[in-house]
Amino acid sequence: MEAKTLFDKIWDAHVVSEIEGGPSAIYIDCHLIHEVTSPQAFAGLEKRGAKIHRPDKTFATPDHNVPTENQHLPIKDALSKFQVDKLTENCEKHGVTLYGLNHPYQGVVHVVGPQLGLTQPGMTIVCGDSHTSTHGAFGAIAFGIGTSEVEMVLASQCIMQPKPKKMRITVNGELGAGVTSKDLVLYIIAKVTAGGGTGYFIEYAGTAFKNLSMEGRMTVCNMSIEMGARGGLIAPDQTTFDYVKGREKAPQGADFDKAVEEWKKLTTDDGAVFDKELEFDAADIEPMITYGTNPGMGTKIKSSIPALSEIEVSEQESFQKSMNYMGFSDGDALVGKPIDFVFVGSCTNGRIEDLREVANYVKGKQKADNITAWIVPGSKQVEKQAQDEGLVEVLEAAGFELRQPGCSACLAMNDDKIPAGKYAVSTSNRNFEGRQGPGSRTLLASPLTAAAVAVAGKIVDPREIVNA
Amino acid sequence: MALEKFEKINSSAVPVATENVDTDQIIPARFLKATTREGFGENLFRDWRYDANGNEIPEFPLNNKKYSGTILVAGKNFGCGSSREHAAWAVHDYGFKVVVSSFFADIFRNNCLNNGVLPVQISVAFAEKVFAAIAADPNAQFEADLVAQTFTISSTGESTSFDISPYKKECLQNGYDDIDYLISLKDKIGEYEAQA
Repeated sequence: MEAKTLFDKIWDAHVVSEIEGGPSAIYIDCHLIHEVTSPQAFAGLEKRGAKIHRPDKTFATPDHNVPTENQHLPIKDALSKFQVDKLTENCEKHGVTLYGLNHPYQGVVHVVGPQLGLTQPGMTIVCGDSHTSTHGAFGAIAFGIGTSEVEMVLASQCIMQPKPKKMRITVNGELGAGVTSKDLVLYIIAKVTAGGGTGYFIEYAGTAFKNLSMEGRMTVCNMSIEMGARGGLIAPDQTTFDYVKGREKAPQGADFDKAVEEWKKLTTDDGAVFDKELEFDAADIEPMITYGTNPGMGTKIKSSIPALSEIEVSEQESFQKSMNYMGFSDGDALVGKPIDFVFVGSCTNGRIEDLREVANYVKGKQKADNITAWIVPGSKQVEKQAQDEGLVEVLEAAGFELRQPGCSACLAMNDDKIPAGKYAVSTSNRNFEGRQGPGSRTLLASPLTAAAVAVAGKIVDPREIVNA
Repeated sequence: MALEKFEKINSSAVPVATENVDTDQIIPARFLKATTREGFGENLFRDWRYDANGNEIPEFPLNNKKYSGTILVAGKNFGCGSSREHAAWAVHDYGFKVVVSSFFADIFRNNCLNNGVLPVQISVAFAEKVFAAIAADPNAQFEADLVAQTFTISSTGESTSFDISPYKKECLQNGYDDIDYLISLKDKIGEYEAQA
């Protein structure tokens, strides 16, 4: 029998129809929608006079554009309110399950799916959001789509997709103390570059990933798109099965045991061929931070911004543009640079382990006076758990402002904006120009680093304080 | 939904040479609050076109009167980042029918194709020639020929070919979209669901 990759096994099992030299119609097991990229798809569907083919396989929650304060009150921003209301209306009309604002399951769509057990190994999962790659942590093919594709899934539960190329990134060894899954993925992106994964679907393999919790794996897979890859996935194992077990939408009892037997087959066969293979050593990875305006512009916190002469000639102009935007100079040291805002949250790092990590670090400490620190749980369930575990008191005592679940300052569609010219160390996924508000300057880092920066008021290596 | 049929475009071009232009630059998130597909063109490249007070930034190519046309020539890795189709809608709504780059992000490329905008991927070397031709003459004409799959600098006749899947080519030429095709697969989808 032909040796297959994990990706091939899942893909092949979902091909409904193939077009010679063209894309395949791929069946989608789980479709997640939110308020910003779905309204035009519903409108398109209605214009065609078509119905949702499988309303039972689409799940909705508002997240991108919701306020993170006073969620019990009507939304003030008229356009945001219109989008959120439209989602409710569309779901009611078409029979789609909605976890609306104030529902105990509402939250960032990529936090909600895994939490409810909607995300399971071997599935195909899509959402009109590029960070759908998060769900690949479970050994699923999960990727972001455009709104026309959302309409395809609504109309047919299928999507037209060309088969991507396959890349395997292997990292063996153990991450050092103070080095987290976020540092691991920022390190990989810095090596591969912001466009180096384009055209590929990535499998992450090796002990560095196997040793991560499910939440750590989600952080890694989440940022696959920041290399341009459609998605990334990790073969499911006992850690995965233990996480899924008992969740509301997961198979229960004997069905679960049967499912696990199938899920155990979801590994890459020995001898399967990838179009590209990369290998890194976990021992080389340190706490990371970005200094530029794409996630590939990252480096070890303790090092400096590259000198202009180290940048390829063809890329120097874009590099210089980026430095001008950030207010940095090539060759600058990063440690010691003053920071204004710290944002902990998003589909990358808004889960309970992230909140625990920050709370554990700041316990008994105070944020620096020059820092505004926002912490936004990824979902209502994360929020509740943080309350139950006493994390909220710890965070508030340290001067963090706890907000309500949503995408918040990751993309600043709502009022959570970093002011122009200000520096934010953010646990989110993108440091693009203006991403966190017009003129905002974003430095991506781990929750641990964000906590250390909040306390120090400037960029620090979290290990030095940890070890002190 | 029928799209405009696409065959061949002859036009001058607007150059935006910056590399790694993400979809947050093409259409910032704060302009995603609409529930229709129209009207995004006015905010295309919003924060590069206008300063914080809403005044035009004259040196940005879209504001520079010497550039015009329905072809956008972009830097490497154009359209990376967010999957927002609003970026493709903004490009289309502004009036571009062709986007040329030495490298496109996947989702943006798909989104363009689904909206009747032709992504033309050419070599880095040919892209340099295209930028040079525009620098020499802002009115330089180009031809994007979908049928022949060629992109030509009209003044010199220098031409290069580009890839597109035969399926997507047929869709663009005839104004078909994927959804019509998928709905036509209903029986096959039913069979798949029955055995899954």
